Amino acid sequence: MQTILRLATRILFISYLSTAYCQSKMVSIKGGTYTPLYGRDSLKVTISDFEMDVYPVTNNEYLEFIKKHPKWQRSQVKKIFADGNYLFGWISDTELGGNQSLNAPITNVSWFAASNYCECQDKRLPTIDEWEYVAMANKTMPDARQLEDYNKYILGWYEKPKTFNNSIGSTFKNYWGVYDLHGLVWEWTLDFNSVLVSGESRKDVDNDSNLFCGSAAIGATDLMNYAAFMRYATRGSLKAKYALKNLGFRCVKDISK
Amino acid sequence: MKILKSILILLFVMVAFTSCKNDKSNSDNNDLALYQCPMTCEGDKTYNEPGSCPVCNMDLKPIQKSTKTLSNNEISDESIFNLTSKWNTEEGETIQLEDLKGKTLVMVMIYTTCKAACPRLVADMRNIEDQIPKENLEDLRFVLISIDPETDTPQRLKSFAKENFMDGEQWTFLQGTTTSVREFANVLAVKYKQISPMDFSHSNIISVFNSGGELVHQQEGLGVDNKETIKTILELTSK
Repeated sequence: MQTILRLATRILFISYLSTAYCQSKMVSIKGGTYTPLYGRDSLKVTISDFEMDVYPVTNNEYLEFIKKHPKWQRSQVKKIFADGNYLFGWISDTELGGNQSLNAPITNVSWFAASNYCECQDKRLPTIDEWEYVAMANKTMPDARQLEDYNKYILGWYEKPKTFNNSIGSTFKNYWGVYDLHGLVWEWTLDFNSVLVSGESRKDVDNDSNLFCGSAAIGATDLMNYAAFMRYATRGSLKAKYALKNLGFRCVKDISK
Repeated sequence: MKILKSILILLFVMVAFTSCKNDKSNSDNNDLALYQCPMTCEGDKTYNEPGSCPVCNMDLKPIQKSTKTLSNNEISDESIFNLTSKWNTEEGETIQLEDLKGKTLVMVMIYTTCKAACPRLVADMRNIEDQIPKENLEDLRFVLISIDPETDTPQRLKSFAKENFMDGEQWTFLQGTTTSVREFANVLAVKYKQISPMDFSHSNIISVFNSGGELVHQQEGLGVDNKETIKTILELTSK
């Protein structure tokens, strides 16, 4: 009887370990209401509690993923789901390029690939509002957007080349315990296509005029607006099959009630 | 004790293998693909898995499947039929996009509670339809996909179709899920966002696909000159 019991506990422990190995570390984010800088016509949005990956998905994690899901390997991926830059620089379907480290964030992935990666872990990509909500924190405050050094840090990074080669965790740990939202790579969001700033949007019926005009006033929050504007403008210019050198992703999960 | 140990090992192996979800169907598919050294260092030798050539170290290249021309049953890499999500039609049927294969498709994303742009987009679609000769209509489907799947149920889509005189064979309305709609919009490069519980702002794009589901033409904007779009449709539907 004892042996069976011991056996059972061991199996449970082992299965726990192996699931933990497959799921990257997450922290829970307490929801709240805030005013995003752009995107929702400066109305307040309410975020529900959720969990977010502590780090962006790494080259190594993505490599493991495509070994199990060959349809996302470079030679197999459908053109409708990823452009020619997908996994650019990889030596083969399952080998990273010479100067890419296992611990660096995965980049050169399309939105379709990133979404599918998260789905396969029972997660999803964060919405723009969720991502921005967590990303407005610095080391000690949940909303540091008014601080000059917070904004200078972000803009300083936007000027730095090739940070995508750095390891995950090499930037700061923010208020929520999340690393690398600023300073490493740009990240895909679930609803990046809700930013209507591309050329065609001028022909659209679009109430988003303050995306350009309303916020153009020069004021104390200039730096903050500029940094956020860069992010929204970038999202607005993306297409889902694009795979860019400095664009990675991380996943989030709803907290089931 | 020995038996116990082996059971333990066996269980461990099983757990380790099942702990991550495996894309079974895909790896099966992959088994069919053959790989060969691009320099044919080893003559006609083929491999079942990607890797590198043991002689010259170059990446093995997948061998093109025997026939180069796509048979009728094959879907090209760029086809929207690669999307496997399920959709409800206004007639209450459940379909995949692939079920529309064989027809030229004119697609647009709308929502039925829309007061501003959609009536004009719908008018644009009807306007296009008006200019297509009857004999071409048979090989043509006009597909209107709702960006508001929560409100636009099949029943609602059906009554919208009737109100707008779009209830004929050639019109199809689709209700998806939040996820499948977003995915589809991303394939079309259509942007949209919910600006209130009842309203969305969205790009006004009418897309034309050939019978294999490949995007051939996109028309952007409202009430724009649709000459190009009609020309494309006529080329695709006349044999």
